[in-house]
Amino acid sequence: MSAGPDVPAVRVDLGGVRRRLDGAQGRTYWRSLEELARTPEFLEFLHREFPAQASELDDPRGRREFLTVMGASLALAGLVGCTKQPDEKIVPYVQPPEQAVPGRPLFYATAMLDRGYAKGILVESHLGRPTKIEGNPDHPASLGATDAAGQAWVLGLYDPDRSQTLAYRGEIRAWSDFLAAMRSALAVQKPRQGVGLRILTETITSPTLAAQLAEILGDLPSAKWHQWEPAGGASAAPQCRFDQADVILSLDADFVMDGPASLRYAREYTARRKRPAEEPMNRLYVVEPTPSATGMIADHRLPLRPSEIEGFARAVAAALGESAPPAGSSPAAAWAAAVAKDLQAHAGRSLVLAGHYQPPAVHALAQEINQRLGNVGQTVVYGPPVAARPVDGPASLAELAADMKAGRVEVLVILGSNPAYTAPADLAFAAAMDKVKLRVHLGLYEDETAALCHWHVPQAHPLEAWSDARAFDGTATIMQPLIAPLYESARSAHEVLAALTSRPDRKGHDIVKDFWRKELGADFDRRWPRALHDGVVAGWTVATATTPATATDTAGPGTAPSPPVAAVTPPATGGGLELVFRPDPYIGDGRYANLGWLQELPRPVTKLTWDNAALIAPATAARRGLANNDVVELRYRGRTVKAPVWTLPGQAEETVTVHLGYGRTRAGRVGNGAGFDASAIRTSDAPWAGSGLEAARTGETQVLASTQEHWSIDAEAGTRHIIRSVTVDEYAKEPEAIKEQTEIPPRDMTLYPNNTFAPHAWGMSIDLNSCVGCNACVVACVAENNIPVVGREQVAKGREMHWLRVDRYFSGNPEQAETIRAHFQPLPCMQCENAPCEQVCPVAATVHSDEGLNDQVYNRCIGTRYCSNNCPYKVRRFNFLLFQDWSTPTLKLQRNPDVSVRSRGVMEKCTYCVQRIEHARITAHNEGREIRDGEVQTACQSVCPTQAIVFGDINDPGSRVSRRKAQHRDYALLAELNTRPRTTYLAEVRNPNPELSASAAAEGSEHHG
Amino acid sequence: MVERPDGEPPVVHVPHPEMHALLAPGHNFATVTEKISSLVLQKGTPLWWFAGFGVSFAVMNLMLVSIAYLVFKGVGIWGENIPVGWAFDILNFVWWIGIGHAGTLISAILLLLRQEWRTSINRFAEAMTLFAVACAGVYPALHTGRPWLDYWLFPYPNTMGLWPNFRSPLIWDVFAVSTYATVSALFWFIGLIPDFATLRDRTTSRFAAHVYGMLAMGWRGSARHWHNYDTAYLLLAGLATPLVISVHTVVSFDFAVGIIPGWHATIFPPYFVAGAIYAGFAMVLTLAIPLRKLYGLEDFITTRHLENMGKVMLATGLIVAYGYMMEVFAGWYSGNPYEAFMIKNRMLGPYQHFYWALIVCNVISPQFLWIKNVRTSTVGLFICAMFTNVGMWLERFVIVVTSLHRDFLPSSWGMYHPTFWDWSTYIGTIGLFFTLFFLFVRFMPVISIFEMRTIVPGAEVREETAS
Amino acid sequence: MTAKAAGPPPIWGLMAEFEGPTEVVEAARRAHDEGYRKVDAYTPYPIEELAEALGHHHSWLPLLVLLGGIAGCLAGYGLQYWSAVIAYPLNIGGRPIHSWPAFIVPTFETTILFAAGTAVLGMLALNGLPEPYHPVFNVPQFARASKDRFFLVIKSRDPKFDQDRTWSFLLSLGPRSVSEVDY
Repeated sequence: MSAGPDVPAVRVDLGGVRRRLDGAQGRTYWRSLEELARTPEFLEFLHREFPAQASELDDPRGRREFLTVMGASLALAGLVGCTKQPDEKIVPYVQPPEQAVPGRPLFYATAMLDRGYAKGILVESHLGRPTKIEGNPDHPASLGATDAAGQAWVLGLYDPDRSQTLAYRGEIRAWSDFLAAMRSALAVQKPRQGVGLRILTETITSPTLAAQLAEILGDLPSAKWHQWEPAGGASAAPQCRFDQADVILSLDADFVMDGPASLRYAREYTARRKRPAEEPMNRLYVVEPTPSATGMIADHRLPLRPSEIEGFARAVAAALGESAPPAGSSPAAAWAAAVAKDLQAHAGRSLVLAGHYQPPAVHALAQEINQRLGNVGQTVVYGPPVAARPVDGPASLAELAADMKAGRVEVLVILGSNPAYTAPADLAFAAAMDKVKLRVHLGLYEDETAALCHWHVPQAHPLEAWSDARAFDGTATIMQPLIAPLYESARSAHEVLAALTSRPDRKGHDIVKDFWRKELGADFDRRWPRALHDGVVAGWTVATATTPATATDTAGPGTAPSPPVAAVTPPATGGGLELVFRPDPYIGDGRYANLGWLQELPRPVTKLTWDNAALIAPATAARRGLANNDVVELRYRGRTVKAPVWTLPGQAEETVTVHLGYGRTRAGRVGNGAGFDASAIRTSDAPWAGSGLEAARTGETQVLASTQEHWSIDAEAGTRHIIRSVTVDEYAKEPEAIKEQTEIPPRDMTLYPNNTFAPHAWGMSIDLNSCVGCNACVVACVAENNIPVVGREQVAKGREMHWLRVDRYFSGNPEQAETIRAHFQPLPCMQCENAPCEQVCPVAATVHSDEGLNDQVYNRCIGTRYCSNNCPYKVRRFNFLLFQDWSTPTLKLQRNPDVSVRSRGVMEKCTYCVQRIEHARITAHNEGREIRDGEVQTACQSVCPTQAIVFGDINDPGSRVSRRKAQHRDYALLAELNTRPRTTYLAEVRNPNPELSASAAAEGSEHHG
Repeated sequence: MVERPDGEPPVVHVPHPEMHALLAPGHNFATVTEKISSLVLQKGTPLWWFAGFGVSFAVMNLMLVSIAYLVFKGVGIWGENIPVGWAFDILNFVWWIGIGHAGTLISAILLLLRQEWRTSINRFAEAMTLFAVACAGVYPALHTGRPWLDYWLFPYPNTMGLWPNFRSPLIWDVFAVSTYATVSALFWFIGLIPDFATLRDRTTSRFAAHVYGMLAMGWRGSARHWHNYDTAYLLLAGLATPLVISVHTVVSFDFAVGIIPGWHATIFPPYFVAGAIYAGFAMVLTLAIPLRKLYGLEDFITTRHLENMGKVMLATGLIVAYGYMMEVFAGWYSGNPYEAFMIKNRMLGPYQHFYWALIVCNVISPQFLWIKNVRTSTVGLFICAMFTNVGMWLERFVIVVTSLHRDFLPSSWGMYHPTFWDWSTYIGTIGLFFTLFFLFVRFMPVISIFEMRTIVPGAEVREETAS
Repeated sequence: MTAKAAGPPPIWGLMAEFEGPTEVVEAARRAHDEGYRKVDAYTPYPIEELAEALGHHHSWLPLLVLLGGIAGCLAGYGLQYWSAVIAYPLNIGGRPIHSWPAFIVPTFETTILFAAGTAVLGMLALNGLPEPYHPVFNVPQFARASKDRFFLVIKSRDPKFDQDRTWSFLLSLGPRSVSEVDY
């Protein structure tokens, strides 16, 4: 079955193989045997064999590609089943390793990095194989949750496209060769104070790494350390306390999804919206150019062009008695006034925050306003920096580029970063690199930069290596490896930096441990294992940070120190459209471009997969005669790039948003060629926004794969009471109104006897008021349940395999952009008690368990698809082709051994993570007790940053889920069909400002129609 | 052996008046027998047969290729997706099954109703039924994700200890369609036995004599044989009548039992059955009109036959039209937002052109059959029949695809686009159908010879001798 | 066989050939009245009067078919009840284990299937078909029995059979020809 119904392997001509084998050596030989399947001759043969319409075989970057692609070097095959834990002692989260029992996963605490900042995670390890990532409840930036990228880290570890060999100009070399090369390079630099040495890193919070860099710069005072974080420095300061804030104004800050603290912020923000009408709700105002998750769930949202945001902030400040002249000319003066009034009314319990991508001036204004309102110290804290030596990224990179052009750089060491792809176009970074005599690159992939470097050192994945990092609030985490590096030539940044010191060739473990031995002092031997176990270094404070703070850090990401507000002049708006750059919400600056899970994850608001697009407001598009899938040429500051158009309600007028991270050429076989490279028109002086963009039609079209039809369907959704949203006042007045929107057949109105379920009856409640649409639950489900990636072509056909999807419905009046809002509705299997799918299955492959689960028996399923047709929620997924990868060794390592891997022709669906239920049942049974409430956490539930999902036993009236379902705003989807879903929803309750509620009303009217 | 002394010729009888239209005058036992059996026994095969068979056979092979690729790759080569889990496969299945209704209906129901005009058309109508059912059978067998496990649909003792789910309409289909295929085949074969005997006795080739001889199983037309034979034939007709009604009723359950708006309707069984008869007679005409011309069978398949079939089409067409009307009415009257939207979506949605084409083909075109001149002209009838063939296909497309592609939750709505393989499989089944039909007309009597003898003048025993 | 037949008669019977249905029916009646019982007639198409004339009045077939139908009905419902209620009961879509309304459809189909099968096999059995060899085919002109001629045969097994007397009796019926049917 390994090759499945996949011809290629069969038709390999051995002569060709032999020819290839001659001259090839070591691993490459094996790899080419695998890749032979994709030779052009073969594909061409297939074309002659089958007409073009029959293109499952050759859809570019489609699933076939993805899979055969993942068919990686057989060298890995050796790894299957004989993965080993690192030699050094690592400490599991719950039990010590000697308790390792087959089938019993162990959890290890470590951290994932978001722009260099730590988010605590627990990694599930099956006999030494990391398979799944959960959040670390003890970590301040996680609180038990993770984000989409974090979930995909485990796929990154096993990505067969990772670089596997240390190479010099493409030739395989030994680590000792590399050390020798470094030694000789240093020998040249040492006498000249390292004047020709440049080190380029991303944002660094790792105390150990910082110390190493400090040591190197100490030895070579003239050497320079540059930092470049393409997705924005995302400095975590200021730290917000949303649980303290009653009124929040976000100036283009997507705090629920974006940034190192997003998980905590999302939790704290939604915590204040969980029991409306019983506990006071907070109120959120968002001003932003392009719809973000935060903006789309806000109580009030005002779309503004980037150039108008500062003006708005100024207007608010003015209304608060700010000395500067009131900006009456501001487009949304009334709005600003109302917001200001509301903020004033909640002085000390309000919060104003500016987004990562806003200029210093806006950050300064936000700080100004917070100070005036006395919020500082209450809802917001401006603390010392966490990043080691924060700098203005673009400026730092520009300086490096200038030095290179001027030939002042002799040795360039790039750690992890990929500037050849991510650098703004105006720096011509790639070209400048040619001038550097010795170029060294450490990276997970042989990427665009690696191709331009002499030395490429494969980077050990953070789950393979020792390191440490700090969270947004300075908490340090020691990152312990879960598995010995899959490729023995892989090295960590610590080990590569060590090569530049007087003591080369030290193990990462020793480097990190030695650092902390110094830091933790006397009782190191007690605190070290504790720190590994907890995932946080208890009692270690910022004070001992190795690098002092600089003034710049109080402001936003890589920004210059914020000048006094008066000095700031609003940016001149040129003609034409305004352009907004954003990192992709999932693949970020492109570093995750090769992770199929993230490529196929629908973007929160656009629901696009596998591509980025030029996002335009419908009205703006109409004015220019543009429609979805039209390819336009974006002309900006003398540079051009072609991009497909996607119209997006809620987008600011005359504004185009493009996402970074796409158009990679050396991302790997999944990420290559997906989307267009937005950094081709990006400039280092205005990295996030600018004006003077022209969008010219090319007449071409490109089909974008969206998982949901266009938004015009949403009026229809209103009449069906799918999303139920009321204001807090309405809810207080008549709480029953939500349930009564549809008629629910009484339970006794049936000819059949009602079934009873024992001992448990599993149910789920999803709080629409808490869901921010981040899709972390979807990736978690993919990771937990071995769900395949199908590729763009198949997604476009409507064949994505996600068991859990997050539906997005727009509401509001298209004419008034400020009324546009999105409603997110996670949709797993409803586990209907009267399941329409079961009755129609001819072979009884889907039946009910006695605890009320709608079981799918994969072995029995013959694939008539009748069940899916008859499912009113359309939550069943079918393997139309061989979507699952049966051949790639590394991917086998990732699979969850508790979940069967489905093959072609079988229907599959959400099971409420039955494997977790059974796991808990066995544990409980062994301990001779009942399953405790909350003991079973579904994958989607445990990952959710806002705890929107609660799962449990509805037989037990005291369980969390029962209490939730007891709320008045609990309702079942399509209850009138008498399917009796076990999954129900808590209706949305919004808290609009009466002064502005005209728009809120307009919005409400949409879905009470 | 002794010759009778007076070579007195047999008395000529005055034929029964109302038989005129069913058989051209001047025929007797011998001529009828010779005419029909010679179609099979004649030396040399007409050129048009080779042409027709060649084309059909080529097209059938297209189907075989498509099937091979399907099994090799999976149903993903078709355009289906979530939400449209069924499309060409099921709609073509229903289309073929519908066509496969006329045969048994003509043989059974018209026999019970003593409609003698059925005599000259029931044989190839039955054959057509079998071949249509064969084509239909291709789809349920191959539309599954794992066709090699289809046998799990049948109730048989197995090591898994599992049984089919008898609540599923698909299992009902398995029983209904397989029963229908079996009974139709038996019915058809029984009807053929006496004619095989005729061919056995008349052929000059030893080989043919052996083959037909085996098929005839030693039939010699003894009075006892005929006695049991008639009883059996009548009983079969009596059994096949409820069966033929049940089959399309069960097929309609595939949809009516479902929950999807556009499927979940109590009117489905009657209007599916009517639709099936409608489609079946259309196909009979489509085949009969060219056949009688090519074989010069105008004497046997007369204008009266064609006109009667036209009348049946008109009647059933009106029932079908009523069905469409009721769907729309229910959509409005139920006040159910999903039903209402479903109708609106059919009429104005992305697939609206299918719906309106359907109305033209199935509601407008049969109205021309009110006109006698149309009913009695082969050309007019043929055009109407073709419209109906297309219309019934469109009806199934509208029911299957447009109901599925937009059901309850707008977030899951999608579109269906048939692929090359959808078309190649469908066209391929048409090839299979005609391949079988050409073989049939070449090697078997297309008209029931012994039944034709019964309507020859003088076939009846004169009562005055009964004293 | 009767006592009269010491050895087997040299021939199987005598066959008279007639022009039309009326004649053969008339002849059959006369033969029956004459007391001949082992008589059979062969015609190109069914003639109801003939069966009566020869005294075949009723057929067991309808009863057989009824039994077949009942068997199919019981088998069909029994299978479903046993497999769904006894062998492997499952909660399917919240429907009761014994979902009798759903079971009616397959039951109906099995009833028809068994009944139809019985009708066909029963008919063949009662007619003694398939029968590879039969003496009547030894008569050359019998080939026309499947075309346009009607035959009456008096078998030698008939107690009243006497080659000469039976011969003249047949001639007296005014046939087109009379011939001996060899074994």
